[in-house]
Amino acid sequence: MITVLAVTFVMAAVAPLIFQRMQRNSFYLLAAIPAGATVWLALQFGSVYPGSPGFVEEILPWIPDLKLELAFRMDALAWVMSLLIMGVGSLVLVYCARYFKNSDDHLGGFGAQLLAFAGSMFGLVTADDLLVMFIFWELTTVLSYLLIGYARTRLSARRSALQALIVTTAGGLAMLVGLIIVGNAAGTYRISAVLQKAAELGAGPAQGTIAVAVVLIIAGAVTKSALVPFHFWLPGAMAAPTPVSAYLHAAAMVKAGIYIVARLAPGFSDSPYWLPLVLGLGLATMLVGGYRALRQTDIKLILAYGTVSQLGFLTMVVGLGRPDAALAGLALLLAHGLFKAALFLVVGIIDHQAGTRDIRRLSGVYRSSRALGMVAAVAAASMAGVPLLAGFVAKESVLEAFFHYSQDPAAGPWGLVLLLGIVLGSTLTVAYSARFMWGAFAVKPGVEPTPFKAIRPSFLFVPAVLSVLSIVYGLWPSPVDAWIQPYAALFAPAAGGEGSGPGHLALWHGLTPALGLSVLAIAAGAGMHYGREVVERLQSRVPDWVDGDRAYQHTIGALDDTAVWVTGRTQRGSLYFYLAVILTVAFAVPLAALIIANKPIPGGIYLIDPNSPLQLVVAVGIVVGALAAVRANKRFLAVLMVSVTGYGIALMFALQGAPDLALTQMLVETIVLVAFVLAMRSLPAGLRDRTGGKYRVVRIIIGAAFGVTMIFVAIYAMGARVAPPISLEFPKLAYEGGGGLNIVNVTLVDIRAWDTFGEISVLAVAATGVASLIFVRSRGERLRAAAMVPEGSVGRRTGVERNSRDGATLAMVRRFADISRDAWLVAGRTLAPERRSIIFEVVTRLIFHSLIIFSVYLLLAGHNLPGGGFAGGLTAGLALTVRYMAGGRFELSEAAPVSPGSLLGAGLATAAASGLVPLLLGGQVFQSAIVQIWLPVFGDVKFVTSTIFDIGVYIVVVGLALDVLRSLGAEIDEHFEGAPKTEPERHAETYVGPVESVAGAAARGQE
Amino acid sequence: MSINLTLLIVMGVLYACGIYLILERSLTRVLLGLMLLANATNILILAAGGYAGLAPLFNKATDSHEYNDPLPQALILTSIVISFAVTAFMLGIIYRTWSLARQDDIQDDVEDRRVARTPSFDAEDDAAVPVETSEFPLPHAEPAAPDDTGATVPAGATHMPAAAAAAEEKPGRRAPGTTAGPTGGEE
Repeated sequence: MITVLAVTFVMAAVAPLIFQRMQRNSFYLLAAIPAGATVWLALQFGSVYPGSPGFVEEILPWIPDLKLELAFRMDALAWVMSLLIMGVGSLVLVYCARYFKNSDDHLGGFGAQLLAFAGSMFGLVTADDLLVMFIFWELTTVLSYLLIGYARTRLSARRSALQALIVTTAGGLAMLVGLIIVGNAAGTYRISAVLQKAAELGAGPAQGTIAVAVVLIIAGAVTKSALVPFHFWLPGAMAAPTPVSAYLHAAAMVKAGIYIVARLAPGFSDSPYWLPLVLGLGLATMLVGGYRALRQTDIKLILAYGTVSQLGFLTMVVGLGRPDAALAGLALLLAHGLFKAALFLVVGIIDHQAGTRDIRRLSGVYRSSRALGMVAAVAAASMAGVPLLAGFVAKESVLEAFFHYSQDPAAGPWGLVLLLGIVLGSTLTVAYSARFMWGAFAVKPGVEPTPFKAIRPSFLFVPAVLSVLSIVYGLWPSPVDAWIQPYAALFAPAAGGEGSGPGHLALWHGLTPALGLSVLAIAAGAGMHYGREVVERLQSRVPDWVDGDRAYQHTIGALDDTAVWVTGRTQRGSLYFYLAVILTVAFAVPLAALIIANKPIPGGIYLIDPNSPLQLVVAVGIVVGALAAVRANKRFLAVLMVSVTGYGIALMFALQGAPDLALTQMLVETIVLVAFVLAMRSLPAGLRDRTGGKYRVVRIIIGAAFGVTMIFVAIYAMGARVAPPISLEFPKLAYEGGGGLNIVNVTLVDIRAWDTFGEISVLAVAATGVASLIFVRSRGERLRAAAMVPEGSVGRRTGVERNSRDGATLAMVRRFADISRDAWLVAGRTLAPERRSIIFEVVTRLIFHSLIIFSVYLLLAGHNLPGGGFAGGLTAGLALTVRYMAGGRFELSEAAPVSPGSLLGAGLATAAASGLVPLLLGGQVFQSAIVQIWLPVFGDVKFVTSTIFDIGVYIVVVGLALDVLRSLGAEIDEHFEGAPKTEPERHAETYVGPVESVAGAAARGQE
Repeated sequence: MSINLTLLIVMGVLYACGIYLILERSLTRVLLGLMLLANATNILILAAGGYAGLAPLFNKATDSHEYNDPLPQALILTSIVISFAVTAFMLGIIYRTWSLARQDDIQDDVEDRRVARTPSFDAEDDAAVPVETSEFPLPHAEPAAPDDTGATVPAGATHMPAAAAAAEEKPGRRAPGTTAGPTGGEE
């Protein structure tokens, strides 16, 4: 079975390629696959039937942890279904080869979908795992969506494809829930095992749940098989090409629901809601479908409503849960597949040759093609249940079964109601069969004979074969009987002697009540057709009660409205709104939990730490800084105030006993301050509160509530601590395992190296982000040597009026900043004279190298003393910052003649290598080793390999700092220098250096 | 158990100020708010480490309890440097917003507002389906063009003639006054 599935799907995957070469004749090749599968089925007959197990199993483990396995099982029911699916499938594919033209678009995809559909149906009926079955179930849904929507340029095709998809998927989801409930209750998802346990489950403690689950599964079957109230999608799906209708909507897909009912009936037909649902909906569908079929003027729609009617009929019979009904149900299912597929294919031929399916425009088709008429007549007669044909044999046994059921005292009056309903439904069937034949073939007075092209025999071949099969089945039903008997034997014989067994299919049972009912139905149906004008007049007086299609439209419309309403209310497009909602939830929920739990405040709270009483003073500074930052209405003032809190926190770290943190925080605060100044030099100085006073109170409330909540959450969280901290072991671990005295640093580079590696990756990403935001097109790897740049050209101020106050300031500055003096820095002379500061240059010259050496010291000493890769890298970054500030952007590229991108990459690579090399040497990732070596000058040196990791961190941090300087500093400088040519008025704001404050303010005053 | 109220109050104030600032429209203030939030969180982690203690530099003679807890310190160190990278990235965003649009504000998403005003009209869903009785229509059997009765259907925030709406559903044919869709204009 798995092989059949694999071959089918592989063939479907390559089908489009075949179509490119062989055009529509490829359908013949595709048809060979299901035809081969049919032969394979015939060969399996021996092992499925008379043999002792009665089934063939194939199981392939799939996801053992979920107990999910590809379990397939071929038993009598699966065999009969597969025969129908594969047999009709191959015939329909053959038919397609003549139905479509070579010029039709997307034939390859269509063929692939049709073949894949056959494979999915086969998988659906053979799967022995509830979930695998569900997967195939949904595959058929998706493929049917694609197949119905084949004519993608037609609105009707698109819409009905979507409608079928939505309706069947909705039912499918309900079914999935049901399947999972059943599977969990049974403790297994194997269908065969579940069915064996069904009686036990139905009576066990979970019987209520199981009953609900069964209802959910039936909901899936009801939508898939187009039963009332979801029958409307099937007539809509007639927008599909006719071969699709013949296959999906007559023989295969809609039978999936029937199959589920048939599969579960042996176990679950005793479930409390089973019979009312299956019989009630089935009978209603049978009557509604038959009634509506009589009103259609499109012959395809007559068949569609006829199919709806027959599906209801089938559901009823198959779901009754008695052996004789089971036999009759499968017999009818096969008969229906044969005659309905044939009729659809005939409709396709008529449409193809005549260009219409409207019975008001078709006339005299029988005269044009007698052979077609004969084929159709046989199939329609089989549908009507005329003797000697398959439909008759099957319907006889159905009537027999329901006649026995009506005699059963357990059925009560409902048995008789059902029997009468079936007879009425059969009458309608006869009537619409006659209407179909009359509408398609008869000569109608007052209608011009329809022009009808001659039919090629190869086109008519397939429906003819199907009709012949209907005749053979009718005349010789015993093989079919033998196929179905093992399935019928699964049902417990009903109580009572007569009709307790499944009985047999036969053409002639003698003069039974069933035969009488058959004759009655045919006679009444013929009568209805004869008096069709009266019937039509009566029907036109009856208003349409409930239109399922319209109800569907309203439901979808209401859903749309709700979606738009909800979107409009929630997706306001205002970040403020979103944040306010999120933050309110963030404080309200924990606060509510604290209030509801109502625990006493934990002990151990102290305001002043006895080890560090100075904290209180620093705390006051931090709080003042934070409040001032909120109040500040100048941009740089606000930035400075935030920096105050930052430096305050560095002090706090120091007081708490965390020198590493204090050092790092100090360095970061400084670099951040510089970055702020560089990035914001072009923004206006004022910082207006544009959110509006209306919301200010809300913001204060949210902010204060959040802060207070956090305090209490922290108090309770810390008070809830019961275990000793894990870090009590860290000192020993760091010294003995990591070979370092600085516990924090060893934690970073050794104990939690993975964590740090993730962090430096984030740094690299963020640095790249900054560069790409500023450079936009390239990452700015280009470097220009300072020697190429003319003296005093960088940052030169132009466009200042000579007589303005600004001009006077500039002239003054230029006189003092003499261009002729030697530069203290390599690239210092490139800077415009008004931008140079001799003190800054001298100081830079003095401290740059010291800073770099200090940074290397921090890096190497960090393992034992405060410092490490982060602090070292930041110090080096600070050194570069000083150089840039003093000497401009060319000075920066002289100081760091590598691109930040290479630094980031090299740093990450170093860190990664320190993780991977131990692995290659047979150790763990990031395992460190302690190496004792003797060096000439230093004597004994203890080197820990995790220092290499720290070097990687150092390089990444330098790369980050350099990226920030190159992007926010150097590149923005260039933006400004490029600006005056196009926007001279903005130039006034583009200062860095000594004159910034004066000139910038003056320029802004002018604006 | 040790709960340092000083640290927690500082944390609470920083959180409150940070939240107040990120609820602003000005991008600069939002960034400052984020920095305050990061600082507040660092203080929270620091407070989890308990009493102030000795710097965690290993000494054999010192008992583990006497150090300030090194684990929160390692976490905070990571956090400080990441905050720096995030701040730099935000600065890049602020500069770019300013150089492109000359504004430092968080704008409302106009598209979202437009969506909220849109009725649930969908030309695909709400057009009437023509009755088709053949997949192979003959040339003379073309359905008549939609009658131009002047009826309109709501389309988005405006109205369009019903005939034009129906015509839009038919790729390849263009009614007067309508533009060809992506699949249209095959003639």
